[in-house]
Amino acid sequence: MIRLQDVRRVFHQGRPDELVAVDDVTLDIADARITVLRGPSGSGKTSLLALVGCMARPTSGRIHVGDREVTSLPEHFLTEVRRLTFGFVFQQFHLVRGLTALENVMLPAYPLGGSRKALVARAQALLDRFGVGARAHARADWLSGGEAQRVAIARALVNDPRVVVADEPTAHLDSKLSAGFMDLVAALRDEGRTVVMASHDAIVYDSPLVDHVVSMRDGRIVRGEP
Amino acid sequence: MRKSDRFLLFLALMLALLEVARLHALHRGRDRAEEVLAMTAMARRLGLTDLSLFTDARYARHPSQADRFAPFQDHPTSLEHFPSGSLVPPPAP
Amino acid sequence: MKRPRPPTWLERQRYLLDFTLSSLGRRKGKNLALAALYTLVVFALASVLLYTQALRSEAMRILEGAPDLVVQRVVAGRHDLIPGDRVERLSKIRGVQEARGRLWGYYYDASARANLTFLVPDRFWGKPGEVVIGEGVARTRLAVPGEPFPVLAADGEVVVLKVRETIPSFSELVSSDLVLLSEPDFRRLFGIPPGLFTDIALTVPNGKEVSTVAAKIRGQMPDTRPITRAEITRTYEAILDWRSGLVVLVLAAALLSFGIVAWDKASGLSADERREIGVLKAIGWDTSEVLAMKVWEGAVISLSAFLAGLLLAYFHVFVTPAPLLAPVLKGWSTIYPEFRLTPVLNPFIVSTLFLLTVVPYTVATVVPAWRAATTDPDEVMRS
Ligand SMILES: Nc1ncnc2c1ncn2[C@@H]1O[C@H](COP(=O)(O)OP(=O)(O)OP(=O)(O)O)[C@@H](O)[C@H]1O
Ligand SMILES: [Mg+2]
Repeated sequence: MIRLQDVRRVFHQGRPDELVAVDDVTLDIADARITVLRGPSGSGKTSLLALVGCMARPTSGRIHVGDREVTSLPEHFLTEVRRLTFGFVFQQFHLVRGLTALENVMLPAYPLGGSRKALVARAQALLDRFGVGARAHARADWLSGGEAQRVAIARALVNDPRVVVADEPTAHLDSKLSAGFMDLVAALRDEGRTVVMASHDAIVYDSPLVDHVVSMRDGRIVRGEP
Repeated sequence: MRKSDRFLLFLALMLALLEVARLHALHRGRDRAEEVLAMTAMARRLGLTDLSLFTDARYARHPSQADRFAPFQDHPTSLEHFPSGSLVPPPAP
Repeated sequence: MKRPRPPTWLERQRYLLDFTLSSLGRRKGKNLALAALYTLVVFALASVLLYTQALRSEAMRILEGAPDLVVQRVVAGRHDLIPGDRVERLSKIRGVQEARGRLWGYYYDASARANLTFLVPDRFWGKPGEVVIGEGVARTRLAVPGEPFPVLAADGEVVVLKVRETIPSFSELVSSDLVLLSEPDFRRLFGIPPGLFTDIALTVPNGKEVSTVAAKIRGQMPDTRPITRAEITRTYEAILDWRSGLVVLVLAAALLSFGIVAWDKASGLSADERREIGVLKAIGWDTSEVLAMKVWEGAVISLSAFLAGLLLAYFHVFVTPAPLLAPVLKGWSTIYPEFRLTPVLNPFIVSTLFLLTVVPYTVATVVPAWRAATTDPDEVMRS
């Protein structure tokens, strides 16, 4: 369970261009469920996702990941929580160009050390699982959109995280690929992983596979349709 | 082989070569010690004061003994048509 | 939250190095060219350093055999011949064990276009009419033992001497341009009357007394200039410093332009690179790991170049006869000693070079990444 209590995220605080991206959000994200944040552009979905994923610290409020309070952790520990608990799929996938798909999948595990042989096997298995095993040695910039996304998902899973965070995962996919993505996500949930996504794609938030939809507007959670 | 291992191997190879160079220096130093001693002895026997490194200008073989009047030699940046003349600094006071 | 076994330092560094190498591999040609250029710079710098260090230490060791004190007569500021009676007077000064009049001088051999050094040894072992010549003289005059050795005397007459032998070539560094001959031949050739010498060499066994003796000589014979061995070696140090300094100066331009290229290459963090660092942080790399990776990035190129350059320089200076440096020393001389130096590869030179090459480049790589590495990872999520 990830709990957010009265969480605010303010950019440029105290300056004329001050902007409240996340405003007093209190939210429980259930384990082993798919939660989708929906809302119009600029409503603060990405900002909230960054807070959930321990990428940034809230301006005020508290966040618990499991029974651990993470808002007051020093950066080094926050990084450790991030890399052991969360896997990320970014909107632009953010694969490192010039490296192979396999290397990209392995990247999050580099700071953890351990046997390389085992890591390669693990990464290859993930690529195989998502049907891009044959592209393991292709450079990331040569992958098609759908392939890149599968590689990005494989990368998010390489450290076997309990929570997968995805921002606009279907933004660059056609309807068929998007539907396929939802099936992958459902499979992750069925393995017991928590999935948190931000999306304004109906294929995502209207999917019957989604357990929980949170609507946002102007940084706040709104009940009912936004 | 893994990329990092290949590079570390390369580094190890270079360091090994450096060690070879060090041993070579040591070895050659021992080999040459006798010759250097012989040269020192020759310098003593003949009363040599300089090496025969700069023989282009007539005064340049013996920069330490040079005549003070040799043209333009008193200052290294003065006009000089012999290259080594321009490299010999003014005599120490 | 499960906590895996903490990785060992080496394991982690190997992974970071893996990443760095893959990352450098993306612009392989450019990075290889940079490393090659870098190697060349280190090679040049190391060659000069190694060469002058070796030459200096060799010179210092050889010059230990030089006279403790040389007394020159100076007339109107010019070096002049010194009367033989001074030998007697100088040997009476306390602290002086022996005084001996030296006869030496230069002879410009127009046919060989070479300056030879004629010198009368204390006890010349040849007969009058014979010369013993250095290897360099033998080379330029194509003279071999038994052959005639014609010399133009001061009065315009050609005196034909005979080559008795050549000085063994291992000592070329001191003997290359020497022509040893007997006292009568020397006086005949240069028209120096008996009783006059070029200068006087003194033996002062106690090193501490040398400067007192020199001061005493200046007092007793105001028309002379005593030169101590310390002054001679100091001159040498200065010459070699000056000479290596000159080469370094020439190199400075190259060094500077390389520095600019390297700085630009290493420090200009492109938007892509900045984004990449953000991605690494976002997927779980710590600031320290990103920086360590950048240290590797600088080190891979600079360390390789440093080691390769140093090794090449060692080979160039001590295994081959330093063909690229010799011309600087040689000037226009036609007699040039063929010598091998005693190699010097001390920790001082190695660490100096390391500090001059590896450290600045690595710093130039890491510092610009610093900002990118310390920004919050959520930056990458902004599209
Ligand atoms: N680092 C930042 N500095 C300043 N303002 C920011 C920053 N990040 C986000 N914002 C602002 O915060 C607000 C919320 O942005 P956010 O990206 O969270 O919205 P979103 O719901 O993800 O929008 P979209 O659907 O377009 O991705 C926006 O007005 C955005 O401009
Ligand atoms: Mg967004």
